Amino acid sequence: MLNQLDSAHQRERETSFFANPSQEFLADIPHQDIITKFWNCRILKKGRFLEEDLYVRNGKIIDSEELFYNEKKVPHFDVDCKGMYIAPGLIDLQINGGFGFDFSYYKDTELAVKTVAKRLLSHGVTAFCPTIVTSPNYIYHDILPKIKKTKGSGHGAAVLGVHAEGPFINKEKKGAHPEKFITDHRGTMLSIKEAYGSHGYENIAIITLAPELRHTDQIIRKLKKDGIVVSLGHTTANLTQSESAVKHGATFITHLFNAMLPFHHRDPGIVGLLSSDQIDLEKLYYGIISDGIHTHACALRMAHKVHPNGMVLITDALSALGLSDGRHTIGQMDIEIKNGVAYIAGTNTLCGSTSTMLDCVKFFHKSTGCSMAFALQCASWHPAKVLHIEKQKGTLEVGADADFIIINEYFDLFSTWVAGEMVHKTTNL
Amino acid sequence: MRLVIKETSEDVSEWAAKYLIKKINDFKPSADKHFVLGLPTGGTPLRMYEKLIEYYHDGEISFKYVKTFNMDEYVNLPKDHEQSYHYYMWNNFFRKVDIPPANVSLLDGNASDLDKECREYEEKIVEAGGIDLFIGGIGPDGHIAFNEPGSSLASRTRVKTLAQDTIRANARFFDDDISKVPKKALSVGVGTVMDAREVMILVTGTQKAFALYKAVEEGINHMWTVSAFQQHPHTVIVCDEDATLELRVKTVKYFKALPDVVDLTDLYSGRTPPTRDDRYKQTDRTQNQKVKLEKHKT
Repeated sequence: MLNQLDSAHQRERETSFFANPSQEFLADIPHQDIITKFWNCRILKKGRFLEEDLYVRNGKIIDSEELFYNEKKVPHFDVDCKGMYIAPGLIDLQINGGFGFDFSYYKDTELAVKTVAKRLLSHGVTAFCPTIVTSPNYIYHDILPKIKKTKGSGHGAAVLGVHAEGPFINKEKKGAHPEKFITDHRGTMLSIKEAYGSHGYENIAIITLAPELRHTDQIIRKLKKDGIVVSLGHTTANLTQSESAVKHGATFITHLFNAMLPFHHRDPGIVGLLSSDQIDLEKLYYGIISDGIHTHACALRMAHKVHPNGMVLITDALSALGLSDGRHTIGQMDIEIKNGVAYIAGTNTLCGSTSTMLDCVKFFHKSTGCSMAFALQCASWHPAKVLHIEKQKGTLEVGADADFIIINEYFDLFSTWVAGEMVHKTTNL
Repeated sequence: MRLVIKETSEDVSEWAAKYLIKKINDFKPSADKHFVLGLPTGGTPLRMYEKLIEYYHDGEISFKYVKTFNMDEYVNLPKDHEQSYHYYMWNNFFRKVDIPPANVSLLDGNASDLDKECREYEEKIVEAGGIDLFIGGIGPDGHIAFNEPGSSLASRTRVKTLAQDTIRANARFFDDDISKVPKKALSVGVGTVMDAREVMILVTGTQKAFALYKAVEEGINHMWTVSAFQQHPHTVIVCDEDATLELRVKTVKYFKALPDVVDLTDLYSGRTPPTRDDRYKQTDRTQNQKVKLEKHKT
């Protein structure tokens, strides 16, 4: 291992990813017309790493063949990637905060999102859904309007919309959510908008709810109509209730195996959705925390075997992401980190992870023995499909946003690129 | 006509690549003196392209002042289709070397007026000063480009309807579905290739042995279009041992006894050429490939 690190370090020093072009050379070319070619790399395409080049112009991936034959143009820059791997930027659909900031905390929401967005770049994440745990209405009304969808840039990863985890969940599976704020929607959109506030509602991309609440099916239909992804979680639902929710438009499961009934062979519960014959499995995705703590490697392998194409890796990371052991806050609750594992203070209840997205990809890859390409797709292309943005994000196909990471075969991050610009470069590998 | 017999198909590719490099370098191409090259596609020349890329990376050759004309292209197949020759040339050669896009010519099988496209292609070749070296492969039936048996030996660039055999053989590249296989192609004529100042034809494998026999030992015949090059003043056929199986011992011995066509030993003399895998190892081999800041022509 030491040798690997040494050679990685060596390579890093030799690698000059970007040469500074002379000013007079670039002076007469509009910025949006500059074409960059990444070569001597393997790029993740169609589920495999292919020995191809990646061409970028104006923040998008372009068709190199078309450029050559029709436009008769050549790149202005050649970036030698030294045989490394290029994968789409990672997308985290469930992240509560990090680096000391908590999105659900009543103060400093904008600063929290901005800081986390910026620092996620150094972990290879180029887009994410800030996740708000169950909170009282006044908090939702205050903070949700402040978390706007933003494009990715050098200032931070793209915000794809809020993941509202709660408050319409089951108290019996509350996990780290404060019980007194868990509520019922009574089947009306009015109560949904009352909870989140109509301005806040517009910023929501995903809502986690428990399907066993009365009249959930009609609520799911209405949320889907508004373009919101409905995720099932924090629930005691049985299989029939779950299937019904999926038939009405739910497409996601929130941290599979966590905060739901365990799989039972006579009463499979919501976990049984993965092998249901009543629903279209092509449209069902499930988030899973593959940090090695929240989900046992064995459970990870099972889910992967049963429904690989629905696998979405999430971190469910906390404000403690990037922090040391000790006491911190999540929403309105105190938590304690012991040896890198987060518990509700004074208890043994797990409450979100402190792992980074690449850690999760690495653990998933190691546990299941799947290909490197597949592991990375579970953290990029699959989550993009959940949000129906798979043409722009989570892919390196022509026309997609040029958000990508350059890594080696051990998943060590060398650099992160957003819209074709290098936004992070690892120096201490 | 010269017949160069090498041990294996690998040797054929190596020899062809070296020969081409020597020809280009001896020509000393420059901005106002381009070397004009005719290029084939298919399985036989693939390894030659790989060799050329290796030599390019080692700074032995540059394609900056080389103009290329490809032999053929299917009709009505999108350019980015994996079986199109645009795709083949881009992915196997052009994208890996320094050839400027303006120097590259391929027949456009999606052109609205195919006859006009073919006419203009001929004119473009003349405008470029004619082809200095045309490289080709042959089919088991002795065809060169899409000039299948029975093609006129005086033919020029035109639309060709493919033989049923060819369509059937190609089905394997189109999901085994014959209806998806293009039925037509644009192809340079035998006459077009004959006009080149020099022609090099690569022939490898036992399945080409009979065609090689027809090309070398029998007379000129439009049923074996490659035989037309018996009348070309400067043709080299490079083949491997397998391809000589139908030739007479006398023929093989005669050509083997001749001295080398050209001395190629100066290229990589005493050094081992890099292998393909080396390109993806993190070695310090980018000396002559430093970031290029080429102001491009639009």
